[in-house]
Amino acid sequence: MSDHTWGVLSNQAITAAGVVYFLALLCALVEWSAWQSRARSAVAAKELVGAGAPVDETEAEPNPADAVREQRAALFGRLSLLLTGLAVVCHLVALVARGMAADPNRVPWGNMYEFTISGSFVVAAAYVVLHRRLKLAWMAPWVLGFTVVVLMLAVVGLYEPVAPLTEALNSYWLVIHVIAAIIATGGFTLGGIAAVAYLLKSRFPDSALLARVPELDALDRVSYRIHAFAFPVWTFGVLISGPIWAHEAWGSYWNWDPKEVWAFITWVVYAGYLHARATAGWKGKKAAIVALIGLATLWFNFIGINYFSSTSQHSYAAPAAPTAELVETTR
Amino acid sequence: MSTTSAPDRKKQSDERRAGELNARELARWGWRQLTSMRTALILLLLLALAAVPGSLIPQDGVDSLKADQWREAHTTLTPIYEKLGLFNVYSTPWFAAIYLLLMVSLVGCIIPRCLVYAKAMRAQPPATPANLTRLPDSATYVTDEEPEEVLAAARKTLRGYRLRKEGDGESVSAEKGYLREAGNLVFHMSLIIVLVAFAFGSLFGYKGGVIVLVGEEYGFANELSQYDDFKPGSLFAPEDLDDFTFKIDDFSAEWLTTGAGAGTARGFESKIRYTEGGSEEKRYDLKVNHPLTIGGTDVFLLAHGYAPVITVRDGEGNVAYSGPTIFLPQSQNLLSFGVVKAPYASPEELGFQGLFYPFEGTVDGEPVNLMGDIGDGSHAMLSLQGFRGDLNLDAGPQSVYALDTSKANMMSPDESGKAFNLRLGQTVELPDGLGSISFDDVQQWNRVQISKSPGKEWALLGVSLALVGLLGSLFIRPRRVWVRARRVDGGTLVEIAALDRSGGGDTAAVVTGLVEALRGARTQEDKDV
Repeated sequence: MSDHTWGVLSNQAITAAGVVYFLALLCALVEWSAWQSRARSAVAAKELVGAGAPVDETEAEPNPADAVREQRAALFGRLSLLLTGLAVVCHLVALVARGMAADPNRVPWGNMYEFTISGSFVVAAAYVVLHRRLKLAWMAPWVLGFTVVVLMLAVVGLYEPVAPLTEALNSYWLVIHVIAAIIATGGFTLGGIAAVAYLLKSRFPDSALLARVPELDALDRVSYRIHAFAFPVWTFGVLISGPIWAHEAWGSYWNWDPKEVWAFITWVVYAGYLHARATAGWKGKKAAIVALIGLATLWFNFIGINYFSSTSQHSYAAPAAPTAELVETTR
Repeated sequence: MSTTSAPDRKKQSDERRAGELNARELARWGWRQLTSMRTALILLLLLALAAVPGSLIPQDGVDSLKADQWREAHTTLTPIYEKLGLFNVYSTPWFAAIYLLLMVSLVGCIIPRCLVYAKAMRAQPPATPANLTRLPDSATYVTDEEPEEVLAAARKTLRGYRLRKEGDGESVSAEKGYLREAGNLVFHMSLIIVLVAFAFGSLFGYKGGVIVLVGEEYGFANELSQYDDFKPGSLFAPEDLDDFTFKIDDFSAEWLTTGAGAGTARGFESKIRYTEGGSEEKRYDLKVNHPLTIGGTDVFLLAHGYAPVITVRDGEGNVAYSGPTIFLPQSQNLLSFGVVKAPYASPEELGFQGLFYPFEGTVDGEPVNLMGDIGDGSHAMLSLQGFRGDLNLDAGPQSVYALDTSKANMMSPDESGKAFNLRLGQTVELPDGLGSISFDDVQQWNRVQISKSPGKEWALLGVSLALVGLLGSLFIRPRRVWVRARRVDGGTLVEIAALDRSGGGDTAAVVTGLVEALRGARTQEDKDV
């Protein structure tokens, strides 16, 4: 297959992945609404029994409509997971093809577009992999909604044709450093979703809309476990492999480059999150807010610094063209 | 994370009014506040916040040119920013205050915890609580085994746990996961190593850049005067410069001719020869991402470009300027900008500025640089704007890459007002008998960064240790398990309970697993019999 064909395959696979993610999202929303209506009917049943009377839901008369809803929820939940798995495979094909389309072949994270599709892949794949272990089924619409939106933004706003890497990026540290950054970014994003869910659930504990979301304790634990995984990966990515590479490529292991500064800020904020969880008065809500601040700094670093900072050596944008002024003077 | 015991406080408040503190107590109170987890947390977040301005405002230490431009563009804000040290955020006293306080807080927190940990390491697991079923995760079952058999089996199953020696005779108390706290302590102490190593490197190290022409007759000797830019640490002394010299014999790059990257290069390689302290010459292939280490100093290849050899003759026929002139790349295909100054030309000073096209082609009647590969030089072109008059060199130091045209007049080869366009080997006469300019040859240059960061190995060691400690503190689960077996009517009642002190572990699974192991072992024995 020629490089061009690989490139076309990559673009088609991304489109396919986007469509399948969207279908999976629809299924997840059906499942979500089934839970919601079940929660509503449970509330209604409680009110029927009478105010003040203790209601034990397990002993309550099973409602035939509820059984149907439960079945529907289970069916669409499975369908959603199946479609998500399929979309993740398409997504992976797109990434591999993107790497094969480059000459010489390389890892598919050489520019913003590629980093974005790789990062969203990690979010979706991590969701599928951790689905059983951390009981993440409730997260489906959040993860899928996020992935669909990010893929759309990547394709519409960030797309760039395949190009070889600039010389400074041409190093095996690109594989190590960026893979760590991408995995940690994916992890922090998933953890952030759990933190948002935590804050919503603690604000609206009885909302039927949030019936699908697990209890606060479980949310906090899931959020912590994902963050506890992502934090050492981030530490390795930005405080070990990053400086080693910076030392080899730029001659100094820490340059106070804006990207480095923000990676450090993110690290510090997440270190704050891990401490907050162990500090009286900071557990729960405040810790979740700290985690979300961390996520905000992470995304600002990715988006903001690339677009607004002119001094960053991490700029993936094309090198500055000669200024119009210069061309003008020499004609 | 100290705690005040209630009786202490009570005794004090008996004698004086609450809130009254003497100096010693105030110091103790302050120390406790500083070393509390809450303060450490707030300092951490403050550190993150304080690092922000340095990434948004150009920093002198990162890009001094940008910082100067910013100063010129914002005349109102600049004095305020200067006062606050916002152009040097990472070396300001207020930034230092935050991280030093954080370090003190860290040390104050870590030392007591080390002592507690040393004690805990030697301590026995705690005595079995009286009522195991009250713990959040517990299980009971009745068996016909003897209590001693159950306890023996439990001891066997709980391999890897530390067992309490002085038992109460009817239970086993086990604990594991001691390394979690060790990991935590290692992590925090390693951060101190990293900070000290980093500070050492910033104080005693330096970083400098120099552009070196490729060729036998050029080269670099590691002396202060040879650097184009030099950023020393505040305690760096010029005597600390390692004694070495190098020459670049040859530079090669692999030029891409097809695909999206056409016109750009990769695989830069400089063949260099170097001597260290006057010893014999050694060779090295210097590449991007492949620095050369000489003693404690590292030499890096950062960039490359062309230096057209230009000769300017003045109106009297004398050579007013001659030599390879470094042009700075403006894009990846090495379209480059450069300046020629001939202040001693007579009758008038002469200056030129403009673009060098390594491989010029015409698109829609406009000159365009097609690629960075100069090939045989047949498509190389210099397109220079000429100036005559005063180059304003008396006004103060000027960059060699900029021409001050404020007091000079533009000149053109003819009436059209165009630039002087020169092909390789061409000479063009200047108007009014002012002389001529010729484009004789093209040479190459490399931009090399030379830096010394002492203590970098320590920083790496520290941060690696920190990661190991971090993994331990996050993933080792501190766990206590108790098994009690005692005779009741109808057999032996076995109670099992587990407690995870990190709050994140799945103790229910541990209890279930233990029940299965103990009962399963029994079933197995039954079969064996």
